[in-house]
Amino acid sequence: MSPPRRRDREALVRPYLITGGRAHPTRNTLDLTTLIQATRHADPSLLSPEQRRTLRLCSGGSLSIAEIAAHLELPASVTRVMVADLVDQGHLATLSTEWQQHGPDRELLQEVLDGLRALR
Amino acid sequence: MGSEPSGEVYLPDTVRTAVKVLVVGPFAVGKSTFVNTLSEIEPLHTEETMTRDGAVVDDLHGITDKTTTTVALDFGRRTLSDRVVLYMFGTPGQQRFLSMWEDLAHGALGALVLADVARLEDSFDVISVLEDRGLPYGVAINDFNTVEIPPHEELREAFDLLPEIPLVTCDARDRSATARAMVSLVEHVLASPLQHARESA
Repeated sequence: MSPPRRRDREALVRPYLITGGRAHPTRNTLDLTTLIQATRHADPSLLSPEQRRTLRLCSGGSLSIAEIAAHLELPASVTRVMVADLVDQGHLATLSTEWQQHGPDRELLQEVLDGLRALR
Repeated sequence: MGSEPSGEVYLPDTVRTAVKVLVVGPFAVGKSTFVNTLSEIEPLHTEETMTRDGAVVDDLHGITDKTTTTVALDFGRRTLSDRVVLYMFGTPGQQRFLSMWEDLAHGALGALVLADVARLEDSFDVISVLEDRGLPYGVAINDFNTVEIPPHEELREAFDLLPEIPLVTCDARDRSATARAMVSLVEHVLASPLQHARESA
C-alpha cells in the first residue's frame, strides 16, 4: 500500500502558487488520461520553473496527465491547471481524445480486448 | 526530483488513444498488486485533494486548510496496440472515497471490483454505486491461495450479481490471471447495451 506522500518532505512551493491561485483548468476536457506532447516551437524563456520542468519532462515523448503529475510529484489538480495553461500558450498539445466525448466505439473496445488477450 | 526519468517512461510515438479502467476495492485487497502486475511501467502515484467528508477539493486555496486530506492514487499503464494504451487506476472503495472515484470514473471503460472472500461485504457499497452510475463492472475475487474460495454461485448470490456480470477468481500477482480478469470486463463492456448510451456518463 502506498504511504502518504505529502508529509515526506517540506513542499518547496505551495501548489496554489504554481497555478497563480487558480483552482480550475482553462479547459475542462483534460482528464487524468489525456495524452500530452510538447510542441516543437516552444520558447520556455518566460515560463515559471514548474512550467519549465513540465516542458522538459514532456519534451521526451507523450505522457498522460496522471504520469506528468506523478513524475513532477505534484497533485493531479495542480497539474491539470498548469498543463491547460501550457496548452493555451502553445507549448503543449493534447493528442486525440475524441472518444472520451462520445464513449468508446466497438472498434476501440475490440482493439483493447485483442491487446489484453495477447497478454495471456 | 524525478523530473527527468529514464528508461521506458514515454509512450510509443504511434499511441493516440488512452482508455481507462478503475480497479476498485477495499483497503489492502490487492489493488496495487493487480495494477502493478499488468503495468509496463514502474508503479506511479499521484494524489487528489479531498475534504474530510470525502468531496474532491477543486479549490486549491483549501489545500492548507486542516479539513482537507490527500489520497494517493496508484496507477499503471499497458500499451495494448500501436495506437491504444490502457491506464489502470487503483481506487479506494471506502464510502468516504466514493465521490473521488466517481470523478475518476468519468470516461472510464468500466471498473473491476477486487474483492476478498474473507470480507465480501467490504465491496458491497462500491458495487451499488457502480450500478447506480451505470458504469460497466466485473468482479474479481483475489485468490491469495490461503483460503478456500466458495463456489461462484454462492459468491454471485452474496454480491447479488446479474447473470451477465462477469465474476472471476484471480491471483493479483499472476499476469495471465489479471489479464483474464480484464478480458472478462472488456468482453462484458462490448456485450453491454449500455455501451452506446454512455455519452453522458
